[in-house]
Amino acid sequence: MNTVTVSGIVPEPIARQPWEMLIPLFALVGFGAAVLYSAAGGAMVPFATSHLLRFGAFMIMAMIITAFPRDLVRMLTYPAYIIVLLMLIAVEAMGALRGGSQRWLDLGFMVLQPSELMKPTIVVTLAMFYYSLPVGMTNTWRALLIPGALVAMPMGLVLLQPDLGTALAIGFGGAMVMLLAGLPLRWFIAGGAAGMVIAPLAFFYGLKEYQQRRVLTMFDPEADPLGAGYHITQSKIAIGSGGIFGKGFNEGSQSHLNYLPEPHTDFVFATMAEEWGFAGGLFVLAAFAIILRWGWKVAQDSDDRFASLLAAGMVVTIFFYVAVNLLMVMGMAPVVGIPLPWMSHGGSSMLTNMICIGVLMMVNRWNQNAPRRGLAG
Amino acid sequence: MKSFLSGGKRPRRPARILNASILRSSFERRAVLIGTVQGGIGVLLAARMGYLAIAENEKYRLESESNRVNLTLIPPRRGWILDRNGAPLASNRADFRVDIIPERLADPEGTIDRLGELLGLAATRIADIKDKVAQSRGFQPVEVASGLEYEQFAALSVRLPDLQGVVPQRGFSRFYPTASSVGHLIGYVGPASAEEFEKDPNPLLITPGYKIGKDGLEKQFEKELRGIPGARRVEVTARGRIVRDLETREDIQGAPVRLSIDGPLQDYAARRIGLESGSVVVMDCLTGDLLCMASMPSFDPNSFSDGIGSVEYAMLRDDERVPLRNKVLKGLYPPGSTVKPMVSMALMQQGVDPEETVYCGGGLRVGNRVFGCWNRRGHGAVNMAKGIYQSCDVYFYAMAQRVGMDPIAAMARRCGMGQEFPLPVTSQFYGTVPDPAWKMNKWGREWQTFDTVNATIGQGYMLSSPLQLAVMASRLATGRHVMPRLTLDTKPKGFDTIDFPADQVEYVRQAMSDVVNGPGTAGRARLPIDGVQIAGKTGTAQVVSLSISNGKTGPWKYRDHGLFIFFAPYDNPRYAGAVVIEHGGGSGAAYPIARDVTTFLFDPAKGLEALAALEKQWGGTAQQRLETRYAAYAAERGAEVRRPPRRDEEIFDRVEAEARVAAEQSEAIADDAIAPRPEANPSGTPPVSPPSELPDAPAQSPAPPAPEPAATAAPAAASAPLSEGGVAE
Repeated sequence: MNTVTVSGIVPEPIARQPWEMLIPLFALVGFGAAVLYSAAGGAMVPFATSHLLRFGAFMIMAMIITAFPRDLVRMLTYPAYIIVLLMLIAVEAMGALRGGSQRWLDLGFMVLQPSELMKPTIVVTLAMFYYSLPVGMTNTWRALLIPGALVAMPMGLVLLQPDLGTALAIGFGGAMVMLLAGLPLRWFIAGGAAGMVIAPLAFFYGLKEYQQRRVLTMFDPEADPLGAGYHITQSKIAIGSGGIFGKGFNEGSQSHLNYLPEPHTDFVFATMAEEWGFAGGLFVLAAFAIILRWGWKVAQDSDDRFASLLAAGMVVTIFFYVAVNLLMVMGMAPVVGIPLPWMSHGGSSMLTNMICIGVLMMVNRWNQNAPRRGLAG
Repeated sequence: MKSFLSGGKRPRRPARILNASILRSSFERRAVLIGTVQGGIGVLLAARMGYLAIAENEKYRLESESNRVNLTLIPPRRGWILDRNGAPLASNRADFRVDIIPERLADPEGTIDRLGELLGLAATRIADIKDKVAQSRGFQPVEVASGLEYEQFAALSVRLPDLQGVVPQRGFSRFYPTASSVGHLIGYVGPASAEEFEKDPNPLLITPGYKIGKDGLEKQFEKELRGIPGARRVEVTARGRIVRDLETREDIQGAPVRLSIDGPLQDYAARRIGLESGSVVVMDCLTGDLLCMASMPSFDPNSFSDGIGSVEYAMLRDDERVPLRNKVLKGLYPPGSTVKPMVSMALMQQGVDPEETVYCGGGLRVGNRVFGCWNRRGHGAVNMAKGIYQSCDVYFYAMAQRVGMDPIAAMARRCGMGQEFPLPVTSQFYGTVPDPAWKMNKWGREWQTFDTVNATIGQGYMLSSPLQLAVMASRLATGRHVMPRLTLDTKPKGFDTIDFPADQVEYVRQAMSDVVNGPGTAGRARLPIDGVQIAGKTGTAQVVSLSISNGKTGPWKYRDHGLFIFFAPYDNPRYAGAVVIEHGGGSGAAYPIARDVTTFLFDPAKGLEALAALEKQWGGTAQQRLETRYAAYAAERGAEVRRPPRRDEEIFDRVEAEARVAAEQSEAIADDAIAPRPEANPSGTPPVSPPSELPDAPAQSPAPPAPEPAATAAPAAASAPLSEGGVAE
């Protein structure tokens, strides 16, 4: 809102945009493109160009989302959830038919990963549910049971793929919206305690062997430097060898000589850190901090329960990506295939994150159009 | 924190009803909580990154460098082994080679099949490689092929990305120009075994393509020959592809080892042994230099250096002529009558007048036993010289009874029998010089008359190696305590120690000359060179009792050994040596070889001429015959061979154990007097094809299809009975 102060020079439709978020976002994407340029061995193709093009395309999509009116969104929420859920089932069915697990739906004109779509969708759906739930029932079992089912169904389907990372992301997004919706805190504490008990059981009976190894590796990556620990070890070497200002643009030996696995997707941060050092890392962290902080502000500025839950849920979803990815590349979380928003090369994660940004901008627009909150707030 | 919890606690009290503003404030509080936690995680990430990039920067920078930079050792070129004239007996050849490192193979079977296809390897070779890969420790490189054409090498190099664990490189491989002629002497090289690496955990030992000495001089001089490895620093990708060279330090070649061996002579002697199984040792009488230590049949050290192939090993192992045994050092034979000059020295030392005669009537009665002379018809009156050149056994029986065994045994030892020499060889057998004390100690039995009888004609328990016989020849020839030497950087030794007075030396020399040039047992050993006369002594050593074999015909392994010690020129000895032909059927198999070898020493052209004629009959040089045999063997038996022992050491141990057993063969008949065999039987038939002599030699060739024209010149010997006496003496 303070952006309006420069209205004298800049035309109103442009000045109205949330530049305090967009400028760090563009910077982040541009920086990501530079890193991808280096990861391709100093070339725009195959990563950097498509990264920028995708961002451009999804930015337009985000603008369109921004323009959605509140009622339309509310009306579309449940149908959207059902459609995405059906797509997840379709993926499972296709996988079963073709014999082998699969995560994608080939729609002919594009390859879609429905589990990615489910991440923002679950947030909207739960926001809608708690919006429509009578206030008085927030602390009753109904407030937990139905959303629980809404979260559990897609999570189960995604786990079957099997894609632990995405399943956790969906669960995390759902849980955060429930928390923000005002469900009794002791449920979460009890849930957390139950999780502590179930986690070891799930680890030994629920995870595939390669996933177990990845978790174990996190605690001692050097134990198996050529096997499961290889990714983490090499990533830490890349980050650590960068020093304060890095080895210089296009000078990263870890990424250029292929020691770093997936230097353009999951480990893009390590690629960046090797060449730009601690300074580059702080820049990325700061950009994410500004974007997420803006997101929280949008959520808090809204006095519509649906909108604020929606916005907060989106912030949390983006945060989950950032946090898990960075913890992973720095050797503090197991290797789960979660990319870094706006820097990793990859269409699906860009799509998800741009939906989140679009929704946040949409809520931001609603806030701007709505009358300021009363003194009561 | 308390205030955040309030949202959860309130509903417990049923009095409180939720409303929108309560939910709103709950949302705000929880949003702040989550935001704070997120901020905390952000700070944690920044701190973690700072820790990695700043506090541990040094460590990770090093790790990144060690990732990026690969240090490869350049195996040092091995020092050459040179003969006395500086010609290489073992050198290095630049070549292209391929090794595999088993632990880096993703799909060992597939990769090896693929390599076999690319390089056109034989099926047996592929099977050998698979076998070796399965048995090796993962880090030990296994050689696939060496000596590749550039085209093969290039074809392989471009496919490398699909062939993990395959290491093609330019390098040097060991090359032995005279191949099997030097096999036993030089030994061979091969990749270090796991045990050797454990003993000396030098990373060089597991560098692909690096080989260490496995046997013979290659092993003995390992330290000198090794050299200092070079190093190459290269930038590599994670998959091992080299991006660029950073820095290279050249290797330093190992020092050469200069032997006393005369390369051409060694090769000549080895080839001259021909189809027989035996050895030739030649020494320089002025320095003690070992000029030749040929032992045949042998193996090709060139083909051993990429590992001993199973087919090749099976062929060598199945051969009753034990190509894996170095007969110069590890063949022990009863020396037979070659000891007679030595015994003569002992007699003269004990005061026996050489002109004193003994009457030989075909046997000597001692007590109630008669010990026969090889010549049943008797030699008549025999003095010492006649005893030597006619090899009269009775003379020595009689004289030995007079002086007793101990002086003879002492003299045998002084002449080198039963001794080990300070030579750089991996092992040498020292044989047996029996005397009463020895017999009591070893067998717990009293020394008998027949033991002395046996010992004076070099039978019974007496055993010596061809090397010892050559040393004996040189000591008899010079009268000095000549010590053999194998490298030119050691000092000649023993020339200041006089073993025998000049007049005695003179006497024995003349008698030994008469063996060849006079009325002796080896007339056909005369040199075809004017002015150079060879002196020698024949020996025929019986290995089984008469009841089993007559020693001339029948199963090869029961035939008599043929021996000959010699020196030349007889009046001023320059060269001395010994020839031992296993189961050659008598000394007639040995002295023609000594003659040709000595001819070669004085007139190489003449020697080679004689050899060329022989090799035409034999079917090529020793190396060519070995290759032909291998091809035939591989074609016939290739599919059903046993695996060679995993470690070369096991092969050595087995060969050595068998050599010891073989040496004991003659002990079985040592517990009674041995009826001596006729000396110098020119009609003794060698096992495979007859000994074909020089055209001027009286020879007879009984069986085979293409007798030399000169064979018709054979005198009465041709019709002589094989069994007893009347053969050309």
